[in-house]
Amino acid sequence: MTPPQNFDLKSLIACPKCDALYRVGPVEKGDQAKCLRCRTVLYARRRDAGLIIISTALASTILVIAALFLPFIEISRLGFKNGSTLIDAALAFYGGPLFVLSLAVIGSIIALPLTRLFLTLYTLTPLVLNRPAWPGAKRAFRLSETLRPWSMAEIFLVGCAVSLIKLTDLARVELGPAFWMFVSVILLMAIQNSFMCRWSVWKALER
Amino acid sequence: MIVTARDKGLVCCQSCARVWPIDQPHCGACGTRLRSRDQMSLQRVWAWWIAGVLAYIPANLYPMLHTRTLLHSSEDTIIAGAFEIAAHGSIIVAGIILGASVIIPLCKFFAIAYLALAVTRGAHWPARRQFVLYEVVEFIGRWSMIDVFVVAILCSVVQLSVAASIAPGVAALAFACSVIFTMLSAQSFDPRLIWDRIETPPTKDAT
Repeated sequence: MTPPQNFDLKSLIACPKCDALYRVGPVEKGDQAKCLRCRTVLYARRRDAGLIIISTALASTILVIAALFLPFIEISRLGFKNGSTLIDAALAFYGGPLFVLSLAVIGSIIALPLTRLFLTLYTLTPLVLNRPAWPGAKRAFRLSETLRPWSMAEIFLVGCAVSLIKLTDLARVELGPAFWMFVSVILLMAIQNSFMCRWSVWKALER
Repeated sequence: MIVTARDKGLVCCQSCARVWPIDQPHCGACGTRLRSRDQMSLQRVWAWWIAGVLAYIPANLYPMLHTRTLLHSSEDTIIAGAFEIAAHGSIIVAGIILGASVIIPLCKFFAIAYLALAVTRGAHWPARRQFVLYEVVEFIGRWSMIDVFVVAILCSVVQLSVAASIAPGVAALAFACSVIFTMLSAQSFDPRLIWDRIETPPTKDAT
Protein backbone atom coordinates (compact mmCIF):
# COMPACT_ATOMS: atom_id res chain seq x y z
CA MET A 1 0.00 0.00 0.00
CA THR A 2 1.34 3.43 -0.91
CA PRO A 3 1.35 5.97 1.89
CA PRO A 4 -0.99 8.91 1.24
CA GLN A 5 0.51 12.20 0.11
CA ASN A 6 1.74 14.75 2.58
CA PHE A 7 -1.35 17.00 2.45
CA ASP A 8 -3.42 13.96 3.34
CA LEU A 9 -1.48 13.34 6.53
CA LYS A 10 -2.83 16.50 8.14
CA SER A 11 -6.32 15.04 8.20
CA LEU A 12 -5.16 11.91 10.05
CA ILE A 13 -4.67 11.32 13.74
CA ALA A 14 -3.20 8.21 15.34
CA CYS A 15 -3.61 7.13 18.93
CA PRO A 16 -0.23 7.61 20.65
CA LYS A 17 -0.96 4.67 22.98
CA CYS A 18 -2.12 2.00 20.53
CA ASP A 19 -1.32 3.30 17.03
CA ALA A 20 -4.93 3.12 15.79
CA LEU A 21 -5.40 5.46 12.84
CA TYR A 22 -8.34 7.84 12.42
CA ARG A 23 -9.42 10.56 10.04
CA VAL A 24 -10.30 13.90 11.66
CA GLY A 25 -12.86 16.23 10.18
CA PRO A 26 -13.12 19.87 11.21
CA VAL A 27 -12.87 20.10 15.00
CA GLU A 28 -15.25 22.52 16.68
CA LYS A 29 -14.88 23.95 20.18
CA GLY A 30 -16.36 21.54 22.68
CA ASP A 31 -15.59 18.46 20.58
CA GLN A 32 -13.99 15.43 22.14
CA ALA A 33 -12.56 12.29 20.56
CA LYS A 34 -11.55 9.03 22.19
CA CYS A 35 -9.65 6.14 20.70
CA LEU A 36 -12.10 3.30 19.99
CA ARG A 37 -9.60 0.64 20.97
CA CYS A 38 -7.92 1.88 24.14
CA ARG A 39 -10.19 4.83 25.05
CA THR A 40 -7.31 7.28 25.26
CA VAL A 41 -8.59 10.83 24.77
CA LEU A 42 -7.22 12.01 21.42
CA TYR A 43 -8.41 15.56 21.76
CA ALA A 44 -10.84 17.51 23.94
CA ARG A 45 -11.30 21.10 22.89
CA ARG A 46 -13.05 23.26 25.42
CA ARG A 47 -14.42 26.75 25.16
CA ASP A 48 -12.00 29.50 26.28
CA ALA A 49 -9.52 26.81 27.34
CA GLY A 50 -6.49 29.01 26.54
CA LEU A 51 -7.69 31.92 28.63
CA ILE A 52 -8.57 29.70 31.60
CA ILE A 53 -5.22 27.89 31.44
CA ILE A 54 -3.28 31.15 31.32
CA SER A 55 -5.17 32.75 34.18
CA THR A 56 -4.89 29.70 36.42
CA ALA A 57 -1.19 29.34 35.55
CA LEU A 58 -0.56 33.01 36.39
CA ALA A 59 -2.43 32.71 39.68
CA SER A 60 -0.59 29.50 40.62
CA THR A 61 2.80 31.08 39.85
CA ILE A 62 2.10 33.98 42.18
CA LEU A 63 0.77 31.67 44.91
CA VAL A 64 3.74 29.27 44.71
CA ILE A 65 6.29 32.09 44.91
CA ALA A 66 4.48 33.71 47.83
CA ALA A 67 4.09 30.37 49.60
CA LEU A 68 7.84 29.81 49.49
CA PHE A 69 8.51 32.37 52.18
CA LEU A 70 5.55 31.89 54.51
CA PRO A 71 5.37 29.25 57.26
CA PHE A 72 3.92 25.95 56.16
CA ILE A 73 3.57 24.09 59.43
CA GLU A 74 4.35 25.27 62.95
CA ILE A 75 4.75 22.99 65.94
CA SER A 76 5.37 23.49 69.62
CA ARG A 77 6.23 21.10 72.45
CA LEU A 78 7.39 21.77 75.98
CA GLY A 79 7.80 25.47 75.19
CA PHE A 80 10.01 24.85 72.17
CA LYS A 81 8.61 26.21 68.93
CA ASN A 82 9.53 25.66 65.30
CA GLY A 83 8.01 26.81 62.04
CA SER A 84 8.91 25.40 58.70
CA THR A 85 8.58 26.96 55.26
CA LEU A 86 8.46 25.05 51.99
CA ILE A 87 12.13 25.80 51.47
CA ASP A 88 12.98 24.36 54.89
CA ALA A 89 11.11 21.18 53.99
CA ALA A 90 12.95 20.95 50.70
CA LEU A 91 16.28 21.51 52.42
CA ALA A 92 15.60 18.96 55.17
CA PHE A 93 18.23 16.62 53.78
CA TYR A 94 20.75 19.39 53.19
CA GLY A 95 24.21 19.00 54.65
CA GLY A 96 25.07 15.34 54.96
CA PRO A 97 25.16 12.40 52.61
CA LEU A 98 21.49 12.75 51.79
CA PHE A 99 21.73 16.18 50.12
CA VAL A 100 20.93 14.57 46.74
CA LEU A 101 17.46 14.01 48.14
CA SER A 102 17.19 17.74 48.81
CA LEU A 103 17.68 18.40 45.13
CA ALA A 104 15.02 15.82 44.26
CA VAL A 105 12.55 17.35 46.72
CA ILE A 106 13.23 20.96 45.64
CA GLY A 107 12.88 19.85 42.03
CA SER A 108 9.66 17.95 42.39
CA ILE A 109 7.76 20.35 44.65
CA ILE A 110 9.11 23.81 43.72
CA ALA A 111 11.39 23.98 40.68
CA LEU A 112 9.55 21.69 38.27
CA PRO A 113 6.01 22.96 38.99
CA LEU A 114 7.27 26.55 38.58
CA THR A 115 9.17 25.68 35.39
CA ARG A 116 6.07 24.02 33.97
CA LEU A 117 3.95 27.07 34.83
CA PHE A 118 6.42 29.42 33.13
CA LEU A 119 6.65 27.18 30.05
CA THR A 120 2.86 26.98 29.81
CA LEU A 121 2.55 30.76 30.03
CA TYR A 122 5.33 31.20 27.47
CA THR A 123 3.69 28.81 24.99
CA LEU A 124 0.06 29.80 25.36
CA THR A 125 0.04 33.57 25.95
CA PRO A 126 0.76 34.53 22.30
CA LEU A 127 -1.67 31.88 21.05
CA VAL A 128 -4.51 33.25 23.16
CA LEU A 129 -3.72 36.80 22.00
CA ASN A 130 -3.84 35.56 18.39
CA ARG A 131 -0.22 36.47 17.80
CA PRO A 132 2.44 34.26 16.21
CA ALA A 133 4.06 31.89 18.71
CA TRP A 134 7.16 33.12 20.52
CA PRO A 135 10.52 31.65 19.44
CA GLY A 136 11.19 28.20 20.88
CA ALA A 137 7.54 27.74 21.86
CA LYS A 138 7.49 24.19 20.50
CA ARG A 139 10.54 23.22 22.50
CA ALA A 140 9.06 24.89 25.57
CA PHE A 141 5.81 22.98 25.29
CA ARG A 142 7.59 19.68 24.66
CA LEU A 143 9.76 20.22 27.74
CA SER A 144 6.70 21.07 29.78
CA GLU A 145 5.06 17.79 28.73
CA THR A 146 8.22 15.79 29.53
CA LEU A 147 8.33 17.29 33.01
CA ARG A 148 4.67 16.54 33.72
CA PRO A 149 5.15 13.25 35.66
CA TRP A 150 8.03 14.70 37.69
CA SER A 151 6.16 17.67 39.06
CA MET A 152 4.76 16.31 42.31
CA ALA A 153 3.16 19.20 44.16
CA GLU A 154 -0.07 17.29 44.78
CA ILE A 155 1.79 14.29 46.16
CA PHE A 156 3.67 16.60 48.52
CA LEU A 157 0.34 17.84 49.84
CA VAL A 158 -0.84 14.32 50.67
CA GLY A 159 2.57 13.81 52.31
CA CYS A 160 1.78 16.87 54.44
CA ALA A 161 -1.52 15.37 55.54
CA VAL A 162 0.22 12.16 56.57
CA SER A 163 2.96 13.97 58.48
CA LEU A 164 0.36 16.12 60.26
CA ILE A 165 -1.11 13.04 61.81
CA LYS A 166 2.33 11.72 62.73
CA LEU A 167 3.13 15.11 64.27
CA THR A 168 0.02 15.45 66.41
CA ASP A 169 1.37 12.59 68.55
CA LEU A 170 4.57 14.47 69.15
CA ALA A 171 3.61 18.11 69.48
CA ARG A 172 0.95 20.76 68.97
CA VAL A 173 0.62 21.49 65.27
CA GLU A 174 -0.65 24.58 63.45
CA LEU A 175 -1.06 24.93 59.72
CA GLY A 176 0.48 28.08 58.27
CA PRO A 177 -0.84 30.27 55.42
CA ALA A 178 1.54 28.62 52.93
CA PHE A 179 -0.26 25.33 53.41
CA TRP A 180 -3.59 26.79 52.29
CA MET A 181 -1.91 28.62 49.41
CA PHE A 182 -0.47 25.33 48.29
CA VAL A 183 -3.90 23.68 48.49
CA SER A 184 -5.30 26.33 46.15
CA VAL A 185 -2.36 25.88 43.79
CA ILE A 186 -3.19 22.18 43.51
CA LEU A 187 -6.85 22.99 42.78
CA LEU A 188 -5.87 25.57 40.14
CA MET A 189 -3.46 23.09 38.54
CA ALA A 190 -6.20 20.45 38.40
CA ILE A 191 -8.49 22.93 36.60
CA GLN A 192 -5.64 23.82 34.26
CA ASN A 193 -5.02 20.15 33.48
CA SER A 194 -8.64 19.45 32.69
CA PHE A 195 -8.70 22.28 30.13
CA MET A 196 -5.37 21.42 28.51
CA CYS A 197 -5.70 19.69 25.14
CA ARG A 198 -2.25 18.84 23.83
CA TRP A 199 -3.46 18.09 20.34
CA SER A 200 -5.06 21.53 19.99
CA VAL A 201 -1.97 23.27 21.35
CA TRP A 202 0.28 21.52 18.83
CA LYS A 203 -2.19 22.33 16.08
CA ALA A 204 -2.15 26.00 17.08
CA LEU A 205 1.65 26.09 17.39
CA GLU A 206 1.98 24.84 13.83
CA ARG A 207 0.21 27.80 12.27
CA MET B 1 -11.71 -3.28 12.39
CA ILE B 2 -8.96 -1.01 13.64
CA VAL B 3 -6.28 0.03 11.17
CA THR B 4 -2.99 1.06 12.72
CA ALA B 5 -0.66 3.74 11.44
CA ARG B 6 1.98 1.05 10.88
CA ASP B 7 -0.38 -0.96 8.63
CA LYS B 8 -0.61 2.08 6.37
CA GLY B 9 3.13 2.64 6.26
CA LEU B 10 2.87 5.60 8.62
CA VAL B 11 4.30 6.47 12.00
CA CYS B 12 2.51 8.32 14.77
CA CYS B 13 4.11 11.03 16.89
CA GLN B 14 3.74 10.06 20.54
CA SER B 15 3.55 13.60 21.81
CA CYS B 16 1.25 15.33 19.31
CA ALA B 17 -0.56 12.39 17.63
CA ARG B 18 0.27 13.66 14.15
CA VAL B 19 1.02 11.08 11.47
CA TRP B 20 4.06 10.93 9.18
CA PRO B 21 5.59 8.59 6.57
CA ILE B 22 7.25 5.69 8.34
CA ASP B 23 10.81 6.61 7.33
CA GLN B 24 10.64 10.16 8.71
CA PRO B 25 13.05 10.51 11.67
CA HIS B 26 11.49 13.49 13.50
CA CYS B 27 7.95 14.83 13.81
CA GLY B 28 7.42 17.80 11.49
CA ALA B 29 5.01 19.48 13.91
CA CYS B 30 6.69 19.18 17.30
CA GLY B 31 10.16 17.75 16.61
CA THR B 32 9.81 14.61 18.75
CA ARG B 33 11.82 11.61 17.57
CA LEU B 34 9.55 9.21 15.72
CA ARG B 35 9.55 5.44 16.21
CA SER B 36 6.86 3.16 14.87
CA ARG B 37 7.65 0.69 17.67
CA ASP B 38 10.37 1.37 20.18
CA GLN B 39 12.65 -1.65 19.70
CA MET B 40 14.88 -0.72 22.63
CA SER B 41 11.86 -0.25 24.87
CA LEU B 42 11.95 -3.60 26.67
CA GLN B 43 15.70 -3.45 27.29
CA ARG B 44 15.32 -0.10 29.01
CA VAL B 45 12.27 -1.34 30.91
CA TRP B 46 14.24 -4.28 32.34
CA ALA B 47 17.34 -2.20 33.09
CA TRP B 48 15.40 0.35 35.16
CA TRP B 49 13.29 -2.43 36.66
CA ILE B 50 16.36 -4.22 38.02
CA ALA B 51 17.76 -0.93 39.36
CA GLY B 52 14.42 -0.23 41.04
CA VAL B 53 14.22 -3.66 42.69
CA LEU B 54 17.83 -3.43 43.89
CA ALA B 55 17.26 0.00 45.43
CA TYR B 56 14.06 -1.24 47.09
CA ILE B 57 15.95 -3.80 49.22
CA PRO B 58 18.06 -1.36 51.31
CA ALA B 59 15.03 0.94 51.45
CA ASN B 60 13.32 -1.64 53.62
CA LEU B 61 16.31 -2.84 55.62
CA TYR B 62 17.71 0.49 56.81
CA PRO B 63 15.94 3.05 59.02
CA MET B 64 13.91 5.77 57.34
CA LEU B 65 13.75 8.05 60.39
CA HIS B 66 15.85 8.67 63.50
CA THR B 67 13.43 10.02 66.11
CA ARG B 68 14.74 11.47 69.38
CA THR B 69 12.50 12.77 72.17
CA LEU B 70 13.34 13.57 75.79
CA LEU B 71 12.70 10.07 76.99
CA HIS B 72 13.83 7.80 74.22
CA SER B 73 15.24 7.63 70.74
CA SER B 74 14.24 5.23 68.01
CA GLU B 75 15.06 4.23 64.46
CA ASP B 76 12.17 3.24 62.24
CA THR B 77 12.19 1.31 59.02
CA ILE B 78 9.25 1.87 56.66
CA ILE B 79 7.25 -1.11 57.90
CA ALA B 80 8.06 -0.63 61.58
CA GLY B 81 7.05 3.04 61.29
CA ALA B 82 3.70 2.14 59.77
CA PHE B 83 2.99 -0.41 62.51
CA GLU B 84 3.90 2.12 65.18
CA ILE B 85 1.37 4.55 63.75
CA ALA B 86 -1.23 1.81 63.65
CA ALA B 87 -0.46 1.09 67.32
CA HIS B 88 -1.19 4.75 68.08
CA GLY B 89 -4.65 4.22 66.66
CA SER B 90 -4.48 5.87 63.25
CA ILE B 91 -5.13 2.78 61.18
CA ILE B 92 -6.00 4.81 58.08
CA VAL B 93 -2.69 6.67 58.02
CA ALA B 94 -0.81 3.44 58.62
CA GLY B 95 -2.77 2.05 55.71
CA ILE B 96 -1.82 4.98 53.46
CA ILE B 97 1.86 4.58 54.35
CA LEU B 98 1.86 0.81 53.93
CA GLY B 99 -0.07 1.17 50.68
CA ALA B 100 2.13 3.88 49.22
CA SER B 101 5.48 2.48 50.23
CA VAL B 102 5.06 -1.29 50.36
CA ILE B 103 2.03 -2.52 48.45
CA ILE B 104 2.16 -0.09 45.51
CA PRO B 105 5.91 -0.56 44.83
CA LEU B 106 5.64 -4.34 45.04
CA CYS B 107 2.57 -4.42 42.79
CA LYS B 108 4.37 -2.11 40.38
CA PHE B 109 7.37 -4.43 40.13
CA PHE B 110 5.08 -7.38 39.35
CA ALA B 111 2.88 -5.39 36.96
CA ILE B 112 5.78 -4.05 34.89
CA ALA B 113 7.43 -7.47 34.77
CA TYR B 114 4.12 -9.04 33.71
CA LEU B 115 3.60 -6.47 30.94
CA ALA B 116 7.14 -6.86 29.62
CA LEU B 117 6.86 -10.66 29.66
CA ALA B 118 3.36 -10.57 28.15
CA VAL B 119 4.65 -8.56 25.20
CA THR B 120 7.45 -11.01 24.43
CA ARG B 121 5.93 -14.35 25.47
CA GLY B 122 2.19 -13.86 25.11
CA ALA B 123 -0.33 -13.68 27.94
CA HIS B 124 -3.69 -14.88 29.16
CA TRP B 125 -4.97 -11.40 29.72
CA PRO B 126 -6.66 -9.64 26.80
CA ALA B 127 -4.88 -6.58 25.44
CA ARG B 128 -7.37 -4.15 26.89
CA ARG B 129 -6.85 -5.42 30.42
CA GLN B 130 -3.07 -5.26 29.95
CA PHE B 131 -3.44 -1.69 28.77
CA VAL B 132 -5.54 -0.76 31.81
CA LEU B 133 -2.81 -2.28 33.98
CA TYR B 134 -0.24 -0.13 32.15
CA GLU B 135 -2.31 3.02 32.67
CA VAL B 136 -2.73 2.25 36.37
CA VAL B 137 1.02 1.69 36.78
CA GLU B 138 1.78 4.95 34.96
CA PHE B 139 -0.71 6.88 37.06
CA ILE B 140 0.04 5.46 40.47
CA GLY B 141 3.84 5.23 40.36
CA ARG B 142 4.49 8.83 41.35
CA TRP B 143 2.40 8.49 44.51
CA SER B 144 5.02 6.31 46.16
CA MET B 145 7.01 9.50 46.69
CA ILE B 146 4.63 10.33 49.57
CA ASP B 147 6.90 8.63 52.07
CA VAL B 148 9.95 10.61 50.97
CA PHE B 149 8.01 13.86 51.34
CA VAL B 150 6.74 12.81 54.76
CA VAL B 151 10.34 12.25 55.87
CA ALA B 152 11.35 15.66 54.44
CA ILE B 153 8.51 17.45 56.23
CA LEU B 154 9.06 15.68 59.54
CA CYS B 155 12.79 16.35 59.50
CA SER B 156 12.36 20.05 58.73
CA VAL B 157 9.52 20.68 61.18
CA VAL B 158 10.57 18.60 64.17
CA GLN B 159 13.68 20.47 65.27
CA LEU B 160 12.79 21.32 68.87
CA SER B 161 16.29 21.09 70.35
CA VAL B 162 16.12 18.65 73.30
CA ALA B 163 12.34 18.18 73.30
CA ALA B 164 12.16 16.27 70.05
CA SER B 165 14.07 15.99 66.82
CA ILE B 166 13.87 13.82 63.73
CA ALA B 167 16.66 13.12 61.23
CA PRO B 168 16.42 11.29 57.90
CA GLY B 169 17.86 7.80 57.48
CA VAL B 170 19.66 6.20 54.55
CA ALA B 171 16.53 4.32 53.52
CA ALA B 172 14.92 7.60 52.41
CA LEU B 173 17.51 7.96 49.66
CA ALA B 174 17.28 4.30 48.62
CA PHE B 175 13.50 4.51 48.55
CA ALA B 176 13.45 7.70 46.46
CA CYS B 177 15.86 6.07 43.99
CA SER B 178 13.67 2.98 43.80
CA VAL B 179 10.56 5.07 43.04
CA ILE B 180 12.37 7.13 40.39
CA PHE B 181 13.87 4.04 38.71
CA THR B 182 10.49 2.28 38.58
CA MET B 183 8.87 5.41 37.12
CA LEU B 184 11.56 5.44 34.42
CA SER B 185 10.98 1.73 33.83
CA ALA B 186 7.24 2.26 33.32
CA GLN B 187 7.86 5.28 31.09
CA SER B 188 10.23 3.25 28.90
CA PHE B 189 7.48 0.76 28.10
CA ASP B 190 5.94 1.31 24.67
CA PRO B 191 2.19 0.57 25.11
CA ARG B 192 1.75 0.04 21.38
CA LEU B 193 3.54 -3.29 21.80
CA ILE B 194 0.54 -4.55 23.82
CA TRP B 195 -1.84 -4.09 20.91
CA ASP B 196 0.45 -5.61 18.28
CA ARG B 197 -0.30 -9.08 19.63
CA ILE B 198 -4.00 -8.75 18.85
CA GLU B 199 -3.38 -9.39 15.17
CA THR B 200 -1.90 -12.81 15.99
CA PRO B 201 -4.25 -15.07 18.01
CA PRO B 202 -3.46 -15.08 21.76
CA THR B 203 -1.26 -17.92 22.97
CA LYS B 204 -2.56 -20.07 25.76
CA ASP B 205 -0.97 -22.77 27.85
CA ALA B 206 -2.23 -26.33 27.39
CA THR B 207 -3.04 -26.71 31.08
